[in-house]
Amino acid sequence: MTSEFAVEMRDVVKKFITPEGNELNAVDHVTMQIKNGEFFSMLGSSGCGKTTSLRMIAGFEWPTEGEVYIEGKSTGHTPPFQRKVNTVFQSYALFQHMTVFQNIAFGLEMEGAKESEIKKRVGRALEMVQLTGMERRRPRQLSGGQQQRVAVARALVKTPDVLLLDEPLGALDLKLRKEMQLELKALQQQLGITFIYVTHDQEEALTMSDRIAVMSKGRVQQLATPVEIYERPVNKFVADFIGESNFLEGKIKHISGNEALVHIPVLNAEIRGMPMSNNFVNGEEVSVSIRPEKIRIAEQAAKGEGLFQAKVLTSVYIGSDTHVYADLNGTRLKVMEQNRISRLDPSSFYTKDQVITLVFMPENTLILKKD
Amino acid sequence: MLQRFRENKSMQGTFLALPTTLWLFVLLIIPLFLTMVVSFGQRSPDGDVIYSFSFDNYARLFGYSTDCPDGQASCFDSLYVNILSRSLTLAFNTTLIVILLAYPLAYFIARSHPNRRNMFLFMVLIPLWTNFVIRVYAWMMLLRKEGAINIVIGWVMNLLNIPYTPLEMLYTPGAVLVGMVYEFLPFMILPIYTSLEKIDNSLYEAAADLGANAFRTFLRITLPLSMPGVVAGTILVFIPVMGTFIVSDILGGRQVILVGNLIQRQFLDARDPTFGSAASLILMVMTLIVTYFYTRKFGFGEEIIAA
Repeated sequence: MTSEFAVEMRDVVKKFITPEGNELNAVDHVTMQIKNGEFFSMLGSSGCGKTTSLRMIAGFEWPTEGEVYIEGKSTGHTPPFQRKVNTVFQSYALFQHMTVFQNIAFGLEMEGAKESEIKKRVGRALEMVQLTGMERRRPRQLSGGQQQRVAVARALVKTPDVLLLDEPLGALDLKLRKEMQLELKALQQQLGITFIYVTHDQEEALTMSDRIAVMSKGRVQQLATPVEIYERPVNKFVADFIGESNFLEGKIKHISGNEALVHIPVLNAEIRGMPMSNNFVNGEEVSVSIRPEKIRIAEQAAKGEGLFQAKVLTSVYIGSDTHVYADLNGTRLKVMEQNRISRLDPSSFYTKDQVITLVFMPENTLILKKD
Repeated sequence: MLQRFRENKSMQGTFLALPTTLWLFVLLIIPLFLTMVVSFGQRSPDGDVIYSFSFDNYARLFGYSTDCPDGQASCFDSLYVNILSRSLTLAFNTTLIVILLAYPLAYFIARSHPNRRNMFLFMVLIPLWTNFVIRVYAWMMLLRKEGAINIVIGWVMNLLNIPYTPLEMLYTPGAVLVGMVYEFLPFMILPIYTSLEKIDNSLYEAAADLGANAFRTFLRITLPLSMPGVVAGTILVFIPVMGTFIVSDILGGRQVILVGNLIQRQFLDARDPTFGSAASLILMVMTLIVTYFYTRKFGFGEEIIAA
């Protein structure tokens, strides 16, 4: 490996013509640097350009503008079969007329590997995905999770520099999906190969990734580690898309360092020490984001906490947590409370119109640009 | 009684299969049985059937003859054996050429833009709206000595100052082959198209991703996955070509006689239904044998029929 980056996209644009004949930038000036050995996720809702970006790295699409580099080399119009990247497809794309063994061996045969070599490597790949003994089955005779493993083995047996995964777990049920997430992550760490993972599932991305590119409308909104993305989203879109956020409108009164004093009319208060996501100026209108789990329902405020009265709209019990929707001077807030104590008594739950006291620390909020 | 019927699945099955069985019996089993009975009979001098149990008709088909030139009691006459083998050869050749022509066309249609696919398929189907016989006559107009093809070639040759005697194309085995290929081409295009169209695009991408170029992708992925269509098309083409007599009648004249023509003439011109029946049964057996070995090797193309 000669380059620091496994894959690099430089100012890449991909234009498509819509059925109405309009030009659409599916990928709009995207620049990303994906490091060697990294588990990198592209996260976004459908149509955000994540799959198109992945397909350009694989070679199924060519950029309209800009350039994709793999291991420091410009890819240009190199066809997929000459790139040292392999793909795990969303639909698995297994060859139904071949056995599991033949499916996995296909890529090695194309390289012209010797038969003994193929046998050895396919055996090892099957072992890796725990499918030893399934060689002679047809894909149809496997469960969804097993088919998924075959797809992974088929791509990994080629020992690619980069493995591309296009929503590979989308078709699996929740429990299996969570198992596979951990398994794929373990596999990636064990092999040390760069994984580029496309998903619309934020929890999946947060669970597995070293870094995440949050995409929307063909652009990268934020590229950072999971913790940074969650705790320091750069804009309202990311704050809203990853996890949940309550947004309160406010105005900056005073800035000191990375923090600011913000007047928030809804709370009828000026709060000191709120962290800022970008550069702001005095008097700027802003949105303050507060995560539901960072608000506490309390009798009393600790030192330094703001304390506000709100009225319960609804309370939803979901087992591990209780979600409380409360009205605070006309603004709806969501508060998450962990159910640390088993309670059966219905009167211990919040009821409609009950007045509660909400508490949060200023440093657990984030000032975002108002858009 | 009704209660028992409700609970008994196999009784319900039998009941539901009854109408089909009845139709099969009336329309297939009984006529087939009658044909068999007649084929063992003999023709009376005035063209009626004398029912007996003789294998004479079959012996005659396979070359046994009592009408011998140098006073022998019996000898071998290759006339009917030649007709049978000619029919078989023609059916093989037609099927092969139809596959070679239909596959690229079906491939082209299946890989073309979805908006245009329906139009191409429509164009494949248009000829089928015209009567079979009329289409064969159209080929006669094209192929005959004063036909369109000869006129165009003659005109070009005239421009080039080359002397040209019109080609004798009509009433040749070639003309029959061309007619057969033309008539049965759509029946091969459609099943192959169906099986090609069902191949998910991600399979082509997966093959490319794993290092296969276009040619190897075709050999290893496209071709095997479209075989059910080829098999279904082959059955749809081979069987009718073995039996049809219209194409050879119109484009082959008296030069190209196939089993179909033989059977037709026995029933209509020669008025010997016993020999005609024997020929019909032999045709059926031949077709069954070929189809049996073919489907044992390649299957029935079930996936296409199921789709």
